[in-house]
Amino acid sequence: MSQVSMTVNGKSASGEVEGRTLLVEFLRENLGLTGTHVGCDTGQCGACVVHVDGKAVKSCNMFAAEAEGAEVTTVEGMANDDGSLGTIQQAFQDHHGLQCGFCTPGMVMSAAALLSENPNPSEAEIRDYLEGNICRCTGYHNIVKAIMAAAGQDVSHIAAE
Amino acid sequence: MYSFDIERPTRLADAVKLLSDASEAQALGGGQTLIPTLKQRLAMPEKLVSLGAVDEIKGICTADDGALCIGGGTTHADVAAGAGAYPALASLAGNIGDPAVRNRGTIGGSLANNDPSACYPAAVLASGATVVTSSREIAADDFFDGLFATTLNEGEIITEVKFPVPEKASYAKFEQPASRFALVGIFVAKYADGVRVAVTGASEEGVFRWSEAEAALSSDFSAGALDGLSLAGDGMISDLHGSGDYRAHLVGVMTKRAVAAAG
Repeated sequence: MSQVSMTVNGKSASGEVEGRTLLVEFLRENLGLTGTHVGCDTGQCGACVVHVDGKAVKSCNMFAAEAEGAEVTTVEGMANDDGSLGTIQQAFQDHHGLQCGFCTPGMVMSAAALLSENPNPSEAEIRDYLEGNICRCTGYHNIVKAIMAAAGQDVSHIAAE
Repeated sequence: MYSFDIERPTRLADAVKLLSDASEAQALGGGQTLIPTLKQRLAMPEKLVSLGAVDEIKGICTADDGALCIGGGTTHADVAAGAGAYPALASLAGNIGDPAVRNRGTIGGSLANNDPSACYPAAVLASGATVVTSSREIAADDFFDGLFATTLNEGEIITEVKFPVPEKASYAKFEQPASRFALVGIFVAKYADGVRVAVTGASEEGVFRWSEAEAALSSDFSAGALDGLSLAGDGMISDLHGSGDYRAHLVGVMTKRAVAAAG
């Protein structure tokens, strides 16, 4: 066991981890931040996407020890300071961008990473960026619509799917 | 996963020493292949030496001879964004895996693993690149050594890859949509002294050069020059995604597409 320290959602966090402790395990089990989900555990599905130093990564495919000193943001860090839903989260609610909700934390974090790189993405760019986030409920249409809306685009002409 | 210790040195010299001190130590690049491998208990290192904090092996620059030099610890995302001097290479990097994978996976890790369906080996072999390690320089033609095998020694770390920039080049990837690896990928690079064609995803021996196509394209760099050329399905990977014959056929099709795209 060794000590690891990082900043998670703006607060310093530390704990004892094994070499093999994954970042997602540290977030969920040590810090109780269970918003980040473990879906496939093989790096395919993207339910565990968080930001490490501003970049989207799959937290099931990174060791906690490798995040030493890093700035980590999880879906819990996406809410506004008063606890209300952040812009992307609210757009997912407004446009029915989820059904069971299991993939949603990863979708929100990937969407946030996309919008920080490309504030006004096209539908094709959104679909391309979500290649590593799998949703088995929605068929993606409303997720894409929610992200377009979060970017400030008019989505009123897009039919409900 | 089996239990192991993890070290996170910040200097290359320390990483080399840590790898040589332990008997069952392994370098950890971005971990996008190694971590899933560990989860399946297909590897049992005593110690992992993470290269993620070794800044001296990250980054992209241009050498005096015009070669594009990419640090072994540079992520696919950084190559996609920063290798504009070699557009076919930047494009290849930008289509590996998905965005989150590209933010972690590294060129050095990909090459050291030498997955028979990985993209980077095709670029390195087709470019006649030089793999620089913690102890020597290895020509691309001498680096790849069969399925998941390279001529790297135990504890040797890829510090840099030097790519001569071609006159024209393109990478054509027929993607296996579930894994996002290449079912077949062809990298074609045209230099003043000839054309090199590297094939990934197809052979059971890993990446290889298609010498007949190279000869044809060196005298006439056009898709039509490949008419009549084909490879046999023997020795090609055959699995539920495609038979050996299918992959052999794809090599011909994708090589033409790569040449057409290179212009």
